[in-house]
Amino acid sequence: MKKLVIGALLGLSSLTVNAADYVIDTNGAHASVNFKIQHLGYSWLTGRFNDFSGKFSYDPAKPEASSISVTIDTDSLDSNHAERDKHLRSGDFLAVSKYPEAKFVSTKIEDLGGNKLKVYGDFTLHGETNAIVIDAQKIGEGADPWGGYRAGFSGTTTIALKDYGIDYNLGPASTHVEISLHVEGIKQ
Amino acid sequence: MNSPKNWPLWLIAVHWLSALVVIGMFAVGIWMVDLTYYSEWYRTAPHWHKSVGLVLAVVTIGRLLMRTRTQRPARYGNKLEQSLSSLGHMAIYALLVIIFISGYLISTADGRGIEVFNWFTVPGAGELFTDQSDIAGEVHEYAAFGLIGLAVIHALAAFKHHFINRDATLSQMTGRH
Repeated sequence: MKKLVIGALLGLSSLTVNAADYVIDTNGAHASVNFKIQHLGYSWLTGRFNDFSGKFSYDPAKPEASSISVTIDTDSLDSNHAERDKHLRSGDFLAVSKYPEAKFVSTKIEDLGGNKLKVYGDFTLHGETNAIVIDAQKIGEGADPWGGYRAGFSGTTTIALKDYGIDYNLGPASTHVEISLHVEGIKQ
Repeated sequence: MNSPKNWPLWLIAVHWLSALVVIGMFAVGIWMVDLTYYSEWYRTAPHWHKSVGLVLAVVTIGRLLMRTRTQRPARYGNKLEQSLSSLGHMAIYALLVIIFISGYLISTADGRGIEVFNWFTVPGAGELFTDQSDIAGEVHEYAAFGLIGLAVIHALAAFKHHFINRDATLSQMTGRH
């Protein structure tokens, strides 16, 4: 009986140890939030958000128990062109002075096996929140050379600008934006 | 030394050309920021606005330097009117310079230069302070409205001199005194 209890406790403790909390390594910039949108239907325009923060919890034995949240500073938009960035920050697009934050909070995670995950959650942008699905993949995890432990994921999703109340006409090929997230978390 | 009857011809020319350019640039500026992406002017209007602006900046700097060595024609009005007039003209020059600098800062925050009529490129200085494009953009807009406001007062004052006081203030700037 005693053994059983100890066994159960050990099992529990190993479970809690495994479902670890990670903070996304933005200090070391081992993470990025990128976007791309078609330009006129002839090419891809890419950009990124330089300032964001987030955390996730992940248990390799039970991926569906994981969760993630990321907060993006919309003012940090960077498409490598000052005039365009100014326009994208303005009321025609992100209205960053009114909506300084975009946010993703996961609600459910589906394990597809082979390190592939479907991350369901609510994405808030331009003051509007919609349910989205991120197709994610675990890239790897393990000890880092400096005494820490890291796990990294990448994920992509596509959103329609009009779902977020952004209706500036960029042409028929440019109604959707693909957002990709690359995160490396440091175990806390 | 007697003061000249009129302003020198070069200054008269620069004055009226600047007036035309400033009014035109103001109108174009207001219009072009709301152009749609598929407008044929979407790229050309800002290009010309920036080109004309930088040329006017050079002309204005030259004008101010030359003006310091130019003897002005006679002044009219009482002491108070004369100091208000000096203050107003200095404010107009100051706003022009603020508009030139802020306009430049909007477009060059990423280090890109500004092409002047495809003749040559004025190099960009990069980001000198955070949120440079946005702050410079606000300053550019407010200063432009301020300049147009002062220009209206300036014109009304000139008409007052011409039609009410019946002095030569306006004629000195048309060269017909």
